[in-house]
Amino acid sequence: MQPEPRRAVLVLEDGSVFEGTAFGAAADAIGEVVFSTGMTGYQEILSDPSFRGQIVVLTYPLVGNYGINPEDVESRELQLNALIVHELCREPSNWRSNRSLDKHLRAAEIPAVSGVDTRALTKHIRQAGALMGAISCERGPAELLARLKLNPNYSAIDFVKVVSCAEPYVWEESRGKRHRVALVDFGVKYNLLRVLSQAGCEVTVHPCDSSAKDILATQPEGVVLSPGPGNPALLDYAIESTRALIHAKPTLGVCLGHQLIGLALGASTYKLKFGHRGANHPVLEEATGVVRVTSQNHGFALDRAGLAEAGATVSHRNLNDGTVEGLRHRELPLLSIQFHPEASPGPNDSLNIVRQFVELLEAA
Amino acid sequence: MSDGMKVLIIGSGPIVIGQAAEFDYAGTQACRSLREEGITTVLVNSNPATIMTDPDVADVVYLEPLTVSFLEKIIQRERPDGLLPTLGGQTGLNLALELAEHGVLERYGVKLLGTSLDTIRKAEDRELFKRLLLEMGEPVPDSLSVENVDDAARFVERCGLPIIIRPAFTLGGTGGGVVRTQAQLSTMVQAGLDASPIHQVLVEKYLQGWKELEYEVMRDAGDTCITICNMENIDPMGVHTGDSIVVAPSQTLTDKEHQMLRSSALRIIRALGIEGGCNVQFALDPASFNYYVIEVNPRVSRSSALASKATGYPIARVAAKIAIGKRLHEIPNAVTKETTAAFEPALDYCVVKIPRWPFDKFPGGDRSIGTQMKATGEVMAIDRRFEAALQKAVRSLEIGGRSLLWREPGWDLPKMIGQSNDLRLWAIFAALRDGMALEEVHQLSGIDPWFLRAFQRLVQAEEAISAGGSLLEAKQLGFPDAVIGELTGKSAESVRSERERLGIRPVYKMVDTCAAEFEARTPYFYSTYDHENEALPTTGPAAVVLGSGPIRIGQGIEFDYCSVHSAWALSEAGCASIMVNSNPETVSTDFDSSQRLYFEPLDDESVLDILANEEPATRQAELGAQHSVQVVCQFGGQTAINLAEAVERAHYRIAGSQTTAIDLAEDREKFGQLLRELSIPQPPGATATTVQRALDVAASVGYPVLVRPSYVLGGRAMEIIYNDTQLRQYLTLAIAVSPSRPVLVDQYVEGTEVEVDLICDGTEVLIPGIMEHIERAGVHSGDSMAAFPPLHLTADHVARIVDFSTRMALGLGIRGLLNIQYVVRGEEVLVIEANPRSSRTVPFLSKVTEVPMVRLATLVSLGRTLAGLGCGTGLLPPPPFAAIKAPVFSMSKLLGVDAYLGPEMKSTGEVMGIDWTVQGAIAKAFKAAGVDLPERGAVLASIADRDKDAALDTLARLDRMGYRLFATSGTARFLAAHGIAVEAVRRIGEGSPDVVDAITTGQVQAIINTMQGGGPMKDGFEIRRAAVEARIPCLTSLDTAREFVTSLEGPPLRDLGVAPLTEYTRRHLGTGHDREGQAVMGGGGGH
Ligand SMILES: Nc1ncnc2c1ncn2[C@@H]1O[C@H](COP(=O)(O)OP(=O)(O)O)[C@@H](O)[C@H]1O
Ligand SMILES: Nc1ncnc2c1ncn2[C@@H]1O[C@H](COP(=O)(O)OP(=O)(O)O)[C@@H](O)[C@H]1O
Ligand SMILES: [Mg+2]
Ligand SMILES: [Mg+2]
Repeated sequence: MQPEPRRAVLVLEDGSVFEGTAFGAAADAIGEVVFSTGMTGYQEILSDPSFRGQIVVLTYPLVGNYGINPEDVESRELQLNALIVHELCREPSNWRSNRSLDKHLRAAEIPAVSGVDTRALTKHIRQAGALMGAISCERGPAELLARLKLNPNYSAIDFVKVVSCAEPYVWEESRGKRHRVALVDFGVKYNLLRVLSQAGCEVTVHPCDSSAKDILATQPEGVVLSPGPGNPALLDYAIESTRALIHAKPTLGVCLGHQLIGLALGASTYKLKFGHRGANHPVLEEATGVVRVTSQNHGFALDRAGLAEAGATVSHRNLNDGTVEGLRHRELPLLSIQFHPEASPGPNDSLNIVRQFVELLEAA
Repeated sequence: MSDGMKVLIIGSGPIVIGQAAEFDYAGTQACRSLREEGITTVLVNSNPATIMTDPDVADVVYLEPLTVSFLEKIIQRERPDGLLPTLGGQTGLNLALELAEHGVLERYGVKLLGTSLDTIRKAEDRELFKRLLLEMGEPVPDSLSVENVDDAARFVERCGLPIIIRPAFTLGGTGGGVVRTQAQLSTMVQAGLDASPIHQVLVEKYLQGWKELEYEVMRDAGDTCITICNMENIDPMGVHTGDSIVVAPSQTLTDKEHQMLRSSALRIIRALGIEGGCNVQFALDPASFNYYVIEVNPRVSRSSALASKATGYPIARVAAKIAIGKRLHEIPNAVTKETTAAFEPALDYCVVKIPRWPFDKFPGGDRSIGTQMKATGEVMAIDRRFEAALQKAVRSLEIGGRSLLWREPGWDLPKMIGQSNDLRLWAIFAALRDGMALEEVHQLSGIDPWFLRAFQRLVQAEEAISAGGSLLEAKQLGFPDAVIGELTGKSAESVRSERERLGIRPVYKMVDTCAAEFEARTPYFYSTYDHENEALPTTGPAAVVLGSGPIRIGQGIEFDYCSVHSAWALSEAGCASIMVNSNPETVSTDFDSSQRLYFEPLDDESVLDILANEEPATRQAELGAQHSVQVVCQFGGQTAINLAEAVERAHYRIAGSQTTAIDLAEDREKFGQLLRELSIPQPPGATATTVQRALDVAASVGYPVLVRPSYVLGGRAMEIIYNDTQLRQYLTLAIAVSPSRPVLVDQYVEGTEVEVDLICDGTEVLIPGIMEHIERAGVHSGDSMAAFPPLHLTADHVARIVDFSTRMALGLGIRGLLNIQYVVRGEEVLVIEANPRSSRTVPFLSKVTEVPMVRLATLVSLGRTLAGLGCGTGLLPPPPFAAIKAPVFSMSKLLGVDAYLGPEMKSTGEVMGIDWTVQGAIAKAFKAAGVDLPERGAVLASIADRDKDAALDTLARLDRMGYRLFATSGTARFLAAHGIAVEAVRRIGEGSPDVVDAITTGQVQAIINTMQGGGPMKDGFEIRRAAVEARIPCLTSLDTAREFVTSLEGPPLRDLGVAPLTEYTRRHLGTGHDREGQAVMGGGGGH
């Protein structure tokens, strides 16, 4: 028997209210409300550290169909603050599935809401921009709105410190691989570690606030600056270490790592209206004219202005809105991309970036 | 670069099973797309019912047979720079290959655009394709290409059974099948070899219970590759994708599984070097990451049409631009207008496709569904929940209002679920209702539990609804009002009123390709029971065009042609056109064919909901009747006309002929009364509601009689009856077919059938032309060859036809189109029926007369007059050319179906032949329809006694031309007695070799066979089926046979010329008429 359905409400900071049915944990949540347009991959999304601090709306309306399996895990825990879907599937079907989405969220104490007109909500976010929101089963809209007013804004919080590892470690399956690589964990997804390992890298993962000196002391051949959540401009410590690292070793920056490279070179970042989250973002590689469909998850972007002065050229461009999707540097051996070559979820069309990074290591 | 270039596009020819309206959609988009780039398009297609063959779609249109020699003539004349081979289905692709192989392309310097010849070969030849995949390391099931039965047997020794047989270069799985026992092996392999034009089949391990998935991918010359859509077949491997219930996007795949297949599809399109669209089919193990590549189609396909409509991404349009060298990111996104075509659509809804099978027409046919496609068409439905999309798709099927509740007492459920067939979905629901365990249904059907659980939820919801559960929840699950009514003992109308009272009404959401991430301007909507409504009422004058639903026998692509033209005419008249249709294969469901598209079922509920959305009751009251949205019911075939009553009952305005006119034409009693008042004769007959009354009517008019239930299109259940016994037998059947509707009994008049389509504005009538059928009345008009202008009518006949037609149109109160069928016997002209709507012949007639009939009818429906539109009235003068329309059948796909022609329509499509002489036009029509006889061939005759005298002349002429004649014993004796050299063959049961052997061994290349009156005879049936299997013409009407022989006597086909359609039509119009023609073309109001 299913438990009695509990009504839940989502209140946005502009006062709009969306109603639905609660599932997952019986808890309240506050976070930045963002939407993701991927049609598969909810399990990976749950454990993607870049969703820290956010309430994620899935635009695909049927969620939970293939359940949860023990393998498609992207970090040590579930990361997002809450999940909002149109329809929850309670009876999943897939050979690897060993529990339902509902159970999984309950176990991780993450609240969720189903039965929401997610398309209306998505349109609202598209028009108003990403907004702070609160969900609850107990509290009414007025009370939630009051709470929202007291809560610090998403963009003012450093989530990287929360999601990064506490101690350095070596990614197990990569042990003994040819190239020794240091990865700074701003909120890495395991799949980046997997694809680096498959490309022949032994990856040592360092906490986000490690100093460049400590990292370089391990004598890596190259450095990877990982993706991660939130506003890069808040991360002075990371910008500083990045500056030193890119001048010392061949570097691959991905997503937040890419933004940090830009900031370290002297460029600036800005908040996108509602971000890029999904598996269908077209990115043009300027050098070849090839367009690749990429997996993306970011709310901030590098400002094109100032890049030239910083010695950087834009190597990749988003075809939808023209935003900067990748950088190369006049002198430094670096690869910097805004999208996720490790996908998971999303298309595996950009693994060439990882291969190029290995080539950089081999050339060095 | 491409500016000023001339490109030849080959269409896909007649509609047949496996190749339906999707290629009209593709070709039309391609022509428009290329013209946008400044390219001159030359289009060749033999199918006059298509939109692509309209003068305003392509620059130059040829309606000529799709054969190498005719295409060579066209190429010689037009000298195109390039040929686009990938938009005309398998027909177009095969022809392009043949043209290349015959050196035609080289000879005239025609470049193949987009995908190269080499690629086409690699993708189409199963052996080459397999080798390529193995080189790439892509998994393919164990298989072997064989050219004889022995090699197949050796494969089975090695790999075991079951195996599947798949012939090279065929469509819709023709000739394929699953071999489960050793006994089936040799016959099935042989059948496959025969079906393949290159005599090659692939024998392959049968993947029982694996999931079947399709990926639609595109690639440009710069190597950018994208996936438009993936689709999951609910029916597992073994059921042809065209016959599967399909969902998009996939529902049971994790991201890892999806990306694995997506990456494989992209690797394959890259390795093949395709430039354009491509469809890749996969089998996926439901319990591991193992997958196999099943096949690729290196072209636009049925699946890509579905993917286009499911996502809003115009695949054919983009593929055409890629073919001329454009890169994906240089092509603007037609949906958002701001982004480009280089992206992958994100769906925020679920799409369900259900095939539409022809077994309502052929209840005796083999209903099993396997690797060979049998559906004639399909429906698609969109909703935010799978259950709702499924139920909406079922509503769209138009199978006599049958919902998922439908079941028949005699069903053997385990058997029906175990071996797929057209009723399996209903059988599963029945079984679940009866308490069959879900696991058992899964074991039997192989269908993924995810789908079965959804079915089970619906069954549980039925119980909840019966118990008075929530109406809103029922609607969210997609239960139609009618079903809720059935479950709660109410009428659909009262459920509707209750909904209205509670404010439960659907909202409409947009198909925008991007899940609302960007602002989109596509006016493409679907209904759902959710919160926000995105389809605000259209402002200004608007009219809803009701489309024609799935392609089926009796209601084909012609009605889509009419719907689209009506939408165009409305826009031109300053009236916003709002299209409603459920068929993803069509041009009408392109979001730019109208100002707004509702992808919805065509039933009372959905049409009234749409009307309520377009014109909320409040606004109706405010604006009054003057401004209310109008509904155009006369272009979507019987589907649309049947909706008129509900529209009127709800007080919406019908444009054109009102329900009174419709009723008057369709109600036999009232129609008969009107004809009597007008003194227009009809074959004597009457309506009967009891068996006794029917027998009395038959006695008074005399046998043979023609009987049928009223209100059906395509002549369903119609038969010629010769005596009381047959009549009694028929009546029990027919009453079962249509219980609430009476049966009509008419004298069967054996005369010449004549057809007229006209436009009436209430005071004046324009008759663009009269068509005379080659086959005598008794062969359904849809299955007859038709000649324009008429061949044998006297001036007196014509005068009478014009007089009757005119008075009938005025008497009925027609505003718009009227189709009338007559039978002419001696001096008499008798009315068979009148259809107060567009008809199958409207596109044909519009093309050959250059009268834009649908446009005029639409404008007249809006209140314009023929005079005001600058048109002439009365009958237009006949042209100096001849055009012949010929039917095309899909019998080879339909096992167990008898191929004889009768009053029951059986053809799936049509072609036309046009030439300066009648003989030339007939020869072209036969050629285009695939009715062919090699020089010095042999013909088998098996003629019923009462036809023998009439057949003599035709057979004697064949003999004189040097054809060898074979005949069954009676016919052979008859011919011999008349001094004709003939070889007798044994009847079935007289020992072998018998008549069927003569056919299967290839001794004869054509058959002339007429039936003994009184239902199909076993022998004849076997002969006709054998002919179908052997793919040789089987003519069952002596009229067709006579004309065929005449065409053989005429000049050889190679002497016939080709000309663009307008060259034929313009010449006769001359200057005077031309001016009038222009007035017609350019006289649209409102701007
Ligand atoms: N090895 C196989 N095992 C089981 N079913 C198969 C196998 N190969 C093909 N099929 C079924 O046969 C259908 C038709 O085969 P396909 O190669 O796609 O031919 P077509 O050219 O007619 O589309 C497929 O859709 C699939 O359901
Ligand atoms: N009284 C009749 N005598 C001879 N043939 C008839 C008669 N009535 C109908 N037919 C034949 O049957 C066919 C189908 O009949 P019709 O009334 O046109 O039905 P439908 O609605 O299916 O088009 C006609 O095309 C004609 O060939
Ligand atoms: Mg196929
Ligand atoms: Mg008729």
